[in-house]
Amino acid sequence: MRYLLVEDNLQLASAVADRLSLSGHAVDHASELATATAFVSTTDYDLILLDIMLPDGDGRSLLQHFRTVSDETPVIVLTARSEVSDRVSILDLGADDYIMKPFDFSELEARCRAVLRRRGGTAHNLVSMGKMQFDSMAGSLSVNGQAIVLRNKELRLLEILLGSPETLFSKARLVDRLFSYDEEVSENAIEVYVARLRKHLVNSGVSIETVRGLGYKLVPPNE
Amino acid sequence: MSLLACVATVALVLFVIVQSYASRLAEDSQDQILQASATSILDAISIRQGGLLVDIPYSALSMLGTLSDDRVFYRIQRGNETITGYDDLPVSTGGNRSKEGFEFQTINYRGDAVRAVTGSRDLTLNSERVVVFVTVGQTRNGHEEVLRSIVQNTLLLCLGFVTIASLIGYLAVQVSLMPLREFADAISRRGPHDLRRVTARAPTEMAPLVTSLNDLIDRLRFSLARTEDFLTEAAHRVRTPLATVRAEAEVALHRVEKDENRQSLRNMIRAIDQTSRAAGQLIDHAMVSYRTDSVELKPVDVSNLCEEVISRLAPVAELRDIVVNVTTQADCLVQGDAILLQNAVQNLLDNAIKYSPSGSVIDVVIAMDGQHVIVSVSDDGIGFSDTEAERLKQRFARGDNAKHIAGSGLGLTIVAEVVNSHGGELSLGRRNAFRGAKVIIRLPHISLCEESG
Repeated sequence: MRYLLVEDNLQLASAVADRLSLSGHAVDHASELATATAFVSTTDYDLILLDIMLPDGDGRSLLQHFRTVSDETPVIVLTARSEVSDRVSILDLGADDYIMKPFDFSELEARCRAVLRRRGGTAHNLVSMGKMQFDSMAGSLSVNGQAIVLRNKELRLLEILLGSPETLFSKARLVDRLFSYDEEVSENAIEVYVARLRKHLVNSGVSIETVRGLGYKLVPPNE
Repeated sequence: MSLLACVATVALVLFVIVQSYASRLAEDSQDQILQASATSILDAISIRQGGLLVDIPYSALSMLGTLSDDRVFYRIQRGNETITGYDDLPVSTGGNRSKEGFEFQTINYRGDAVRAVTGSRDLTLNSERVVVFVTVGQTRNGHEEVLRSIVQNTLLLCLGFVTIASLIGYLAVQVSLMPLREFADAISRRGPHDLRRVTARAPTEMAPLVTSLNDLIDRLRFSLARTEDFLTEAAHRVRTPLATVRAEAEVALHRVEKDENRQSLRNMIRAIDQTSRAAGQLIDHAMVSYRTDSVELKPVDVSNLCEEVISRLAPVAELRDIVVNVTTQADCLVQGDAILLQNAVQNLLDNAIKYSPSGSVIDVVIAMDGQHVIVSVSDDGIGFSDTEAERLKQRFARGDNAKHIAGSGLGLTIVAEVVNSHGGELSLGRRNAFRGAKVIIRLPHISLCEESG
């Protein structure tokens, strides 16, 4: 997925970009309206994350411009303005969703997924490995052609591990990405989800290995 | 009332005047007839064959008869000697004197009040001057009857006058106050949120009042607009730096390995979340008060509204494998402010999601119950005890069992205020005997026909 992030706060922008890259997305960053407009005219993005208060204008004007030239690229607005009427006007202008600053990165990701799914998803989400097929956007997993229903946390865990096979993920990293900070979770919770995933993947040739004391990694089948 | 007293006084004075005038008039007319009668008797006295011939003309007495059945007395004297008539009828002397020289007097004669007139005529009999006195008297029954009827009529007239005058006075006051009343109506009919300038027709005398009222409205509107701007600006000022700090903390968390440091960073992030949520809800709370005072109510479909809110919260619920089931009913209309109601429902669902264990089910039911639209949200969370339910609607109150979850204590306050401002009620209960919360909002239902009619 190719994201455009329009945000003038550089620290926030780099944090968001890092997080999205971790999930395997390509992120372009524009800190001004002018740059954003230039990017949009040359590149097709799957999703745009748009801040409203920008140094050279109101992000909503860009949104309005998109919708008047019937550019249907999905847009999620990042806003620090809390006026509910503002939130409503954002949606009226054609934004697909909005998220209030400060936001939880997992909520942002969840909203991105929801918007992309609503917009009909895209085929290139499909990952095939061994006898397993996984569509992270639709949240569907099939092993040997059999559809398997995954819970959200299992789904996200699989997505993270599948994002970089053979890479070691510590339990702590996984906790950070899987749970919001509202939740009080122990690292044992990760063991539970890994155990469930292993059960689902049992006949797929794909396995999740435990590296004792360090964490987990996903291992593709040996060809 | 004072007006009525005035009218009554005027009527009373009028009555007294008319009565005395009428009484004088009646007396005058009797006097004139008596005088005419006496005159005709005097004229009929002639000298014949060296003696006085008194031939009382029929008309002299009949003219007195016209007045009523009053008894008539007469006495004709030559000097002091009574020639004919009632010789004990007193001669009027020293009473009122008419310009023709007749004397009038009211006397008591034979048990009746009698009006009597005495006239005289000089005659020459056998070259001697003879003075003939004619006294004619008449009882006053007729006079009193006339007087009574006049008094009666006057009384009726006065009563009529009082009635009509009061009526006219009342109507005049109504008519002259009408524009003022219309003006007052036009202002009091406005919703609490209507801050347009007053354009209703007002009497010219009230122009200065209208002007100052409009100035006040302008100032109020200006200060409300400033409040709104301030709220938006405040939110932005607080949230932008919080967002930066939070992002930095999350990035730091990815770099840090030591467990203690990680725990600190997590705590920091939770504190930031708590701060931003509190800031958001404080602003929302201010917004509720602001909007309650300044926004026109419109028909709102609660089912649609809830579905929108739920679909927006779905990604958050999904993160924790929470399923939100919604059961709606058509035509669940209420008269309200969509933005406020959305805020209230969102707070309820935020709470439900926040306090529910992952993998649980939240039920949202929108239904009609008699004249009310009901929204109930049930979750499997920690719920609240019966003793806490009322307290939680108050500002900054938090459940004793909610210490470990970030919250500002304003969520339910906002819900309660929104619901109250819509004339509804909020009740907190339990989903079942074992666990969970069930929050119910009741709002007065309106039907569209009622609205358009």
